[in-house]
Amino acid sequence: MINKIVDTAAAALDGIRDGATVMVGGFGAVGQPDMLIEALIEQGARDLTVIANNAGAGRVGLAKLMEAGRVGRIICSFPRSAGSVVFEELFRAGRLQLEIVPQGTLAERIRAAGAGIGAFYTPTGYGTRIAEGKETREIDGRRYVLEHALRADVALVEAWEADRWGNCTFRKSGRNFNAVMATAAALTVVQANHVVPLGAIDPEAVVTPGIFVDRVIHHDPQAEQ
Amino acid sequence: MSDSRMPFVPMDRAAMARRVAQDIPEGWYVNLGIGIPTVVADHIPEGREVVLHSENGILGMGPAPAEADIDRWLINAGKMHVTLLQGGSFFHHADSFAMIRGGHIDLCVLGAFQVAEKGDLANWATSAAEAAPAVGGAMDLAVGAKRVWVMTEHTTKDGSPKLVESCTYPLTALGAVDRIYTNLAVIDVRDGRFMVTEMVPGLTLPALQARTGATLHAGAELQEKDR
Repeated sequence: MINKIVDTAAAALDGIRDGATVMVGGFGAVGQPDMLIEALIEQGARDLTVIANNAGAGRVGLAKLMEAGRVGRIICSFPRSAGSVVFEELFRAGRLQLEIVPQGTLAERIRAAGAGIGAFYTPTGYGTRIAEGKETREIDGRRYVLEHALRADVALVEAWEADRWGNCTFRKSGRNFNAVMATAAALTVVQANHVVPLGAIDPEAVVTPGIFVDRVIHHDPQAEQ
Repeated sequence: MSDSRMPFVPMDRAAMARRVAQDIPEGWYVNLGIGIPTVVADHIPEGREVVLHSENGILGMGPAPAEADIDRWLINAGKMHVTLLQGGSFFHHADSFAMIRGGHIDLCVLGAFQVAEKGDLANWATSAAEAAPAVGGAMDLAVGAKRVWVMTEHTTKDGSPKLVESCTYPLTALGAVDRIYTNLAVIDVRDGRFMVTEMVPGLTLPALQARTGATLHAGAELQEKDR
């Protein structure tokens, strides 16, 4: 019997090594898999490269992982936002490498990795700092920049519902990077608000089919309050 | 030129937003950038169906909810709580930017640090040396939307022009801007020239020119008395 559901955070993150590249879903706080991030702090892997849209806020979640000195490099589109204090401190101190990627290019690089595409030409960033040192090409009169697929060792994802095969649904604007990142890592771990029996999710409503998912752990943040 | 006479009144943010909203026809799919463009949503005339897109995977975005109706799962690209209108939909980030780059968004309204007369836009970093700027979705929106309108104060707080011959700040996109709505005027970017089509009452073209870092041209729409 296929059963991707694990009972403990330790089992969910088992095998993540120092130096790993970790995708973290979410857009701001919405869809950010906080419990898995906490578990990663607990788990202890160091020298991580994090791929996420933002660079954390306050001193919780992703910001806490960074503050614990576990992240050497971050690839994101919008690191600086209200409350990104930890990022600012580490960056200014030269303790964090930053790669800025336009948001759509970030999403597409991740999508490409999950879809077996090595690189693609995008019009985004042509003629700007983002394109410096990159191959460009004119196609049908429009100018493009070559961007490479972005894959990871691990993707941490927050879903709304998941079953033991790993089929997932998402909640409103919580889908964001989660559904894309789930496809692009060697190990995809899902934190699900609801774990439901096989067959309970309408097949027409599955957003991430279980083939992309390796482990599911139940976490209902509302239940904690 | 003396400012002490102040024969004209610059528009406030609400008036600018009303002016932009007036030009958005029914049926357009529109992305409103973070900051001042967001205000446009509040001024789309009652009964006119315009579908708002948000980068983080929303079409059919509605206004901010009452405190009691806040849904923690529903935010916009500026990370403010929003609502969803009937007919709205959710999708992931790769699809969201496929809509943007694929030319499916009719209009994007963005803020700007500088706009050049060839339509180049600088709106993400204020100096080449800036350590950690944040680009977000601006570069994708600027190249991908069918039309890019900029909404900005005509000058910086210290009076420096934001409409210039060429941008000194890092670029967001080349030749992207189609029209600029400032607190003083509406200016089309056509064939590498700034064409003034409208000014606040009492403002003259020479007075507007004095606040602009590139040559202005009078558009045909500009009434003769304003020139």
